[in-house]
Amino acid sequence: MKKYKIKLDRRSFLKKSGMLGMATLAPGVMLQELAHGRAPDEPASSKNRWGLLIDANQCSEECNACVTACNEEHGIEDFGRPTTDTQYIRKLKLTNESSGESLTIPMMCQHCENPPCVDVCPTGASFIRADGIVLVNKHTCIGCRYCMMSCPYKARSFIHENLENQVPHTPRGKGCVESCNLCVHKVDNGENTTACSEACSKEGHQAILFGDINDPDSEISKKLNKYKTTEVRSDLGLNTAVRYRGI
Amino acid sequence: MRDKTDYVIVEFSKAILIYGLIALSLIGLGFYSFITLEHEGHWITGMNNQVVWGLPHVFAIFLIIAASGVLNIASISSVFNIKMYKPLGRLSALLAICLLTGGLIVLVLDLGRPDRLIVAMTTFNFKSIFAWNVFLYSGFMAVVALYLWMMFEARYNKFIGKVGTFAFAWRVTLTTGTGSIFAFLVAKEAYNGALLAPLFIALSLLVGTAVFYKILFWMDRGLDIPMGSEIVKRFRKLLIYFIFTVFYITVLSHLTNLYVTKNHGYEFFLLFSLNTYSLLFWGCQMIIGTLFPLLILYNKKLSESAVGILYASILVLFGGFTMLYVIIISGQAFPLDLFPGYSESSTFYDGVEAAYIPSVYELMLGLGGVGISAAIYLFAIMVLDFTPKSLDNDAIALAGIPDPEPKIEENKEEPADEESKEELSEENQDNKQPKAD
Repeated sequence: MKKYKIKLDRRSFLKKSGMLGMATLAPGVMLQELAHGRAPDEPASSKNRWGLLIDANQCSEECNACVTACNEEHGIEDFGRPTTDTQYIRKLKLTNESSGESLTIPMMCQHCENPPCVDVCPTGASFIRADGIVLVNKHTCIGCRYCMMSCPYKARSFIHENLENQVPHTPRGKGCVESCNLCVHKVDNGENTTACSEACSKEGHQAILFGDINDPDSEISKKLNKYKTTEVRSDLGLNTAVRYRGI
Repeated sequence: MRDKTDYVIVEFSKAILIYGLIALSLIGLGFYSFITLEHEGHWITGMNNQVVWGLPHVFAIFLIIAASGVLNIASISSVFNIKMYKPLGRLSALLAICLLTGGLIVLVLDLGRPDRLIVAMTTFNFKSIFAWNVFLYSGFMAVVALYLWMMFEARYNKFIGKVGTFAFAWRVTLTTGTGSIFAFLVAKEAYNGALLAPLFIALSLLVGTAVFYKILFWMDRGLDIPMGSEIVKRFRKLLIYFIFTVFYITVLSHLTNLYVTKNHGYEFFLLFSLNTYSLLFWGCQMIIGTLFPLLILYNKKLSESAVGILYASILVLFGGFTMLYVIIISGQAFPLDLFPGYSESSTFYDGVEAAYIPSVYELMLGLGGVGISAAIYLFAIMVLDFTPKSLDNDAIALAGIPDPEPKIEENKEEPADEESKEELSEENQDNKQPKAD
């Protein structure tokens, strides 16, 4: 039997130990990073599922910061025609019919896992990304509005007029349907936040928490596990990525 | 069975001129509306982010279901083998194509991006009933065109039965598809039910029959194509059958909703609130569109006159149109209940009845579709022999006579045939009443 003789001096021992340590730790570090987000050049993947946790207890009735921030972020103009003006996000006031208590919450696209808007879209312009964000492909939307008919949350708007000065990261144009895109440009830039969530935090309310539901270590996952939360119209079985606490 | 009817190519006349000009004017209005919508956007219409489908969709669906309904007249002859309807077969198929074209054009021109029609024709999501409808509508055109070919070409008359049956199956599927646009919208209480599909089929039969009768009446008065009492009698019966069918399914669908507690809100909104939709439902759909036509159709004097049946047909068309308006608009206007147990309010009109007032642009666009249907029909009857020369009782009776036995070879000459025609039609005049039933 051949015998192997190991030459090991102090320098090579330290070098090899260091390499072994790095090889052991690196995947963990890398995976941890991946679980939290992804590089800008990396395609969206089902490893993530982006969502929001909205805490009704933290939402102030007087505050409209999330709506204002959303409009600014996406270049949504107010034409003074409330029935046709686009709203990605709206403040919904709920009054308990028996107790009379009221609360407010922001309402937007709920980014369903099984979105009815995607089911009914004839051209496939409404689609769900691998990371759970429901979007409209503005190149193939024909403006039939069937998705608006099907949405249980009334989350979509139709662009009723000519637009000018759109922001580059949110392509919008007359005759197409649109809705909250969960600030997908920020997600793709690795910022991992949304305009509404940032604005809410800035106001000190912390009512809107954005994060990766698939990452067990994310704050949103921890809170979803810890607190009782509500899925709006859970009877429809759509498995929404936006959940509410305190309702 | 051989087609014994004489068909004519309609010559240009005062009636054609008047109706042609009306049709072209309507097309002009529709085109103006389309151009304005394209330029300005949909904000000038009454449609909004709450009521996303409005009057153009009511017109479009009305024309589409009328298209499948008028084909029923041809089906009665070639599928259900009641040969007296045979002279109406070509017209029936032509009208189906005309009405479908008009309806689809309204639907397309109301799109936010009608310029992307090619996308809708080439990119499909087969989970969407809309995508299926693209195939159902274009396939319907092709099947009906084939049906017409079989009717026109004497050599292929023997295939009319088979092609007619296929066309009948297709039109039932097509109307099911149209009803299913609403039937499977789980979010909306008003639409949540597969009963909408048979309701749309029944409505299509009713509306199609009424449209057809109106055309026959116009042919009688405007084109001198005489319409006999037999046609009047038969269309009266068809209208009665179909009015009761629509009424039955309407009652059934509302009773179903009333049984389900969560749907009480919508039923109360539609049936018992004093709003636009309940007034339209009770006043226009049920009283003017259902009760009044039945009173006419059962009135001893009116039910026997061609004008009486025309009035009934017009009321039925009004009722059918109102019914679609009520179904399509009220279902959207009724607020969604996102949080049961809570009342909701927002800047996006949560918790309140959504407002919708149709604009003149929508009306013009819808009428443009009617104009297109009429223009195609008028053009077609002037270039091809779709129109039977006569629809008097003799012509209808003759169409119902079986072919002579093949063994009678020596009687093939024309004069003999004419004689036998006369004899048989005389016979049929005597025995007409039992045959009509």
